[in-house]
Amino acid sequence: MTLIIDSFFNVKIMQAAFPLLLQGLGMTIVLCFVVIPVGLAGGLIVALLGTQGSNWVRWPLVAYVDFFRAFPPLVLLIFIYFGIPFTGWDIAPFTAVVLGFLLNTSSYYGEIFRAGIESVVRGQFEAARSTGLSAAQTMAYVVVPQAVRNVVPDLISNTLEVAKLTSIASVVALPELLFAARSAQSITYNASPIVLAALFYLVLLWPVVRVLSRLEHRMLARH
Amino acid sequence: MTDLDRFLSTFFNLEVMARYLPMIVDGFVLTTYLALVIIATGLTAGLLLAVIRSQQIRLVNWTIVFLVDMFRALPPLVIIIMIYFALPNVGLGVSGFVAVWISLSLVLTAFAEEIFWAGIVSVSKGQWEAARSTGLRFEQALLYVVLPQAVRLTIPPLTNRAIAITKGTALGSVVAVPEILTQAQTGLSFSYNPSTLTLGALAYLILFVPFVVFGRWIETRFAWKR
Repeated sequence: MTLIIDSFFNVKIMQAAFPLLLQGLGMTIVLCFVVIPVGLAGGLIVALLGTQGSNWVRWPLVAYVDFFRAFPPLVLLIFIYFGIPFTGWDIAPFTAVVLGFLLNTSSYYGEIFRAGIESVVRGQFEAARSTGLSAAQTMAYVVVPQAVRNVVPDLISNTLEVAKLTSIASVVALPELLFAARSAQSITYNASPIVLAALFYLVLLWPVVRVLSRLEHRMLARH
Repeated sequence: MTDLDRFLSTFFNLEVMARYLPMIVDGFVLTTYLALVIIATGLTAGLLLAVIRSQQIRLVNWTIVFLVDMFRALPPLVIIIMIYFALPNVGLGVSGFVAVWISLSLVLTAFAEEIFWAGIVSVSKGQWEAARSTGLRFEQALLYVVLPQAVRLTIPPLTNRAIAITKGTALGSVVAVPEILTQAQTGLSFSYNPSTLTLGALAYLILFVPFVVFGRWIETRFAWKR
């Protein structure tokens, strides 16, 4: 029992590692605030283009979305971070992470927005156009707001996944929460910093999971 | 050498690819095996927990909800690193393979339990009552009436979730599991040519694109009837 407490819940080591982990948490939050809006914007563009009539636009986008949904995000990140320097561009870890996340998350968000847009009945579109709104205005003021409302649980669920996924940035030495915890662990030879990092993640993300669980069950009750 | 030639010899160097193909194939086999084991473990455990939850024993349900929430909130890489680097401290060292298998199975179990449970709840009360009134016991009603209807609804979300989680086998490269990404990175460090990464990427696409396309098909086939 003391062995378990000493190696996993060592208060002294946790105290020592706390400032470092707090810095890491800061970086994780910065990362979330960059990659989530970028992914949402990219996804919305993918969905808007993908729901427009022309097959010449639609099929390449379906291929784009399926390609990056089939591609493990870590493989993408490694490819960008270790592959791109061979072209002569020395890419910084942060840039590599943002680029990788843009490609990966815009596909997932794009798929969600597409489902949302398709869930808005055709009559809404026609009614909006007949009141004199242009196609762009119709999308912006009538279709997209309803589309987003219909897929809120999926959007939150994917955002949760994106927030968790920022932990893979540790592999390219970006000093976020998991990277900070692993540094502290390798200095102290003790697993407590990792446990502390896990607690940080739980405090940050547990409320999201709870809200999501509620929303999902409510959506289901409507069926 | 033109820019295009240089680009091709850097990322699509056939000679390098041919040399490292056997390694990537080994990785491919291991990744496929790991993915299948995770899917089998996660789905079975998830279904089991959902069935236990349908018994409505309060203390048991709280425990299930607590565990499910925890494994939905924790990043998979954090779980893998905890199991691989932390357990040896108390004398429970496991291989990278086992660490990834346990971690991703726990994550899939959590998501699958939620999805199966949502499916069970979505079957209307009348179905339960009708089944019980024909003389079926609780387990029989669950097994023959409720689950078949529930599982049907759960197939699209389960397919998508299973793909997303098994893609996480690439995280095994962090704990030295010789799967595709590890092999590709080893190849890169020997050859100093990123064509090995291209080859690894192709291997992942060969493995996962069929599943993604299948998922897309199944989504339209089993769509919620609104």
